[in-house]
Amino acid sequence: MPRPVQEINAGSMADIAFLLLIFFLVTTTMDVDSGILRKLPPIVENQQENEDKIKERNVFVVLINKNNQLLVQGEWIDVRTLKDRAKEFIANPKDNPNLPEKKPTEVILLGTYPVTKGVISLQNDRGTSYEMYINVQNQLTAAYSELREEFAKQKFGNVYDKLDADQQKAVNEVYPQKISEAEPKNIGGKK
Amino acid sequence: MGKFSRKGKGGVPALSTSSLPDIIFMLLFFFMVTTTMRETELKIKVKMPEATEIKKLEKKSLVSNIHVGAPKESYQAMYGTEPRIQLNDVFAKVSDIADYISNERAARDENEVPFMTVSLKVDGKTQMGIVTDIKQELRKCNALKLNYATRKAKKS
Repeated sequence: MPRPVQEINAGSMADIAFLLLIFFLVTTTMDVDSGILRKLPPIVENQQENEDKIKERNVFVVLINKNNQLLVQGEWIDVRTLKDRAKEFIANPKDNPNLPEKKPTEVILLGTYPVTKGVISLQNDRGTSYEMYINVQNQLTAAYSELREEFAKQKFGNVYDKLDADQQKAVNEVYPQKISEAEPKNIGGKK
Repeated sequence: MGKFSRKGKGGVPALSTSSLPDIIFMLLFFFMVTTTMRETELKIKVKMPEATEIKKLEKKSLVSNIHVGAPKESYQAMYGTEPRIQLNDVFAKVSDIADYISNERAARDENEVPFMTVSLKVDGKTQMGIVTDIKQELRKCNALKLNYATRKAKKS
C-alpha cells in the first residue's frame, strides 16, 4: 500500500520570496541612462581648411566664458533667450540676408527643399561650469527639436515621435542638427 | 426565520495567504526585469545637471560610464577635493581613458563596437576643463558616440 505523499508546507514561501525581493531592491538601480546625445568629430589634421569654407552669415557663434556668461553673435544674452535666437537663426523664415543661406537639397519624400546651411559653433572656456555647458547644449537641442516638431506638424500633420522612420528622416534632413564645437581654448586660466 | 442566518458564529473568517507567495514572486520578477545590477561603487559625488531634451540610451550593455566629480568625504583625505575621474572602481587620470576604452571594446562583440556609447556622468559643479580633456582623449581613441548624462527636468 503506497504511502500518501506528505504535503509541503508552503507557508514560509512568502518569506523566502520577500527575502529575494528585498535583496533585489537593494542591489539594483532603477534609473534609466538618459542624456543628451552628441557625436564627437574625428580628429582631422588639416582643420584650417575646413573652417575657411563656411561663410560668416552661416555661423551662429556661442561663447561661454569662465564666469558662465554667454556671448551670442557678439551680444551678451541670457541663456533663457538662447533657444529663440537659435531657432530664428536656423529657420530664417524671412530670408534675411544676415541669417544663413538656404540650399535646395534633395530630401526624401519631399523632393527639393531649401535646407539651411547654418551651423552653430559652440565654444567654452576651461573654467565654464558643466552645469552651464549642459544648459546651453540643452537650449540648442531644444531649438532644433522644436523646429522639427513644428515642421512635422505642418508637413505631416503629426507629432515627430509618431511619424514613421522615413518621415522622421525627412524632417531630420530639413533641419540637420549641426552643432560644432571649436577646439578647446584656455583663456580664463588653467583650473 | 433562518433563511439568511449566518452559518458560523460570526467573526472574521481566516484570510487565505496561500496566494501571497505568488504575488510576491510577481513583484520580484517585475523588479528583476526593470532594474539593473549596481556595478560600481561610486567614490565621488555626482549630482548631474538637469535637462529637458534628453534621449534614453537604448542598449545598456553597450554603454561605458565615465564618472567625474569631487571625491566623497571619506576619500577626501587621500584624494583631495578637486574633481576627479572614476573609471569602474578606481580613480583614474585622463591618460587612463584610452586603456579603459580599449578594455571595454575587448569585452564586447566585434560587430557591436561601432555602436558603443560613452556616457559622461559629470557633477554639475565641475569645470569644463576636465571634461574637455576627456573629450579630446575620446576623440583620440575614436570613441565618438557620447552621451552627457543628465537628470530629467520638467518641461516649462
